[in-house]
Amino acid sequence: MATNQLAGWSVLGDRTRRTIFERLTNRPSAVGDLAKGLPVSRPAVSQHLRVLKEAGLVVDRPAGNRRIYAINPDGLGELRAELDRFWTSAMTAYKAAVEQPDEEKT
Amino acid sequence: MTTPAAATSIRHQIVVEAPIERAFSVFTTGFGSFKPPEHNILGVDIAETIFEPRVGGHVYDRGVDGSECRWARVLAYEPPNRVVISWDISPQWQLETDIEKTSEVDVRFIAEAPNRTRVELEHRNLDRHGNGWDAVRDGVDGAAGWPLYLRRFAGVVAK
Repeated sequence: MATNQLAGWSVLGDRTRRTIFERLTNRPSAVGDLAKGLPVSRPAVSQHLRVLKEAGLVVDRPAGNRRIYAINPDGLGELRAELDRFWTSAMTAYKAAVEQPDEEKT
Repeated sequence: MTTPAAATSIRHQIVVEAPIERAFSVFTTGFGSFKPPEHNILGVDIAETIFEPRVGGHVYDRGVDGSECRWARVLAYEPPNRVVISWDISPQWQLETDIEKTSEVDVRFIAEAPNRTRVELEHRNLDRHGNGWDAVRDGVDGAAGWPLYLRRFAGVVAK
């Protein structure tokens, strides 16, 4: 299925990313604090945070010379994921329907 | 993808082996032929899904008992190139009666060859539905918040 955006829930399919996200549900944190308790490098944590941010699941704000990451409070991720699943399913079924000329309904 | 708009819209595209006219007609008047059957907010099974092919028309499901659910309005109808419908369904999967809280599905059809059509779909302005998600924000740290969603999510991923 061609989709050019990452849905929130599929982004959370990665175990490390999910762990990072779960920690952010406990409290907003900087990259360094998150990396301390994880078996991955700090750049890897930054990369995961970037993916989570692009998916709309987390937001960041500057705090001195650091950035603090937090859960995106608007909750759009769940709605997007629901709709993303809907359209994935619908578009796949659409392709099947449109490529069967015998069953055309007008 | 890093723009704020990215969080408020969904894009899909698919290439079908069919002429543009057919791609358009199946997507519109044939909508009921491919809509996922579990997508039903009537209390009964759906007998048929009707797409009224004109601006101002509706897309609606008719249940086997005659009840109706008008879940979309046709905002643009430009065969065979483009159709735009509203999405009048709330995050709780109920019919949304406040038009201010509805999103839009913009679908464009591009002929790549006489028998091949690319269909680009954008479901946008999702943030207009946002009010219903206050509950998620309020419950974000609680048992019914993200921890619950994450468990549900893990169940889906494990399938």
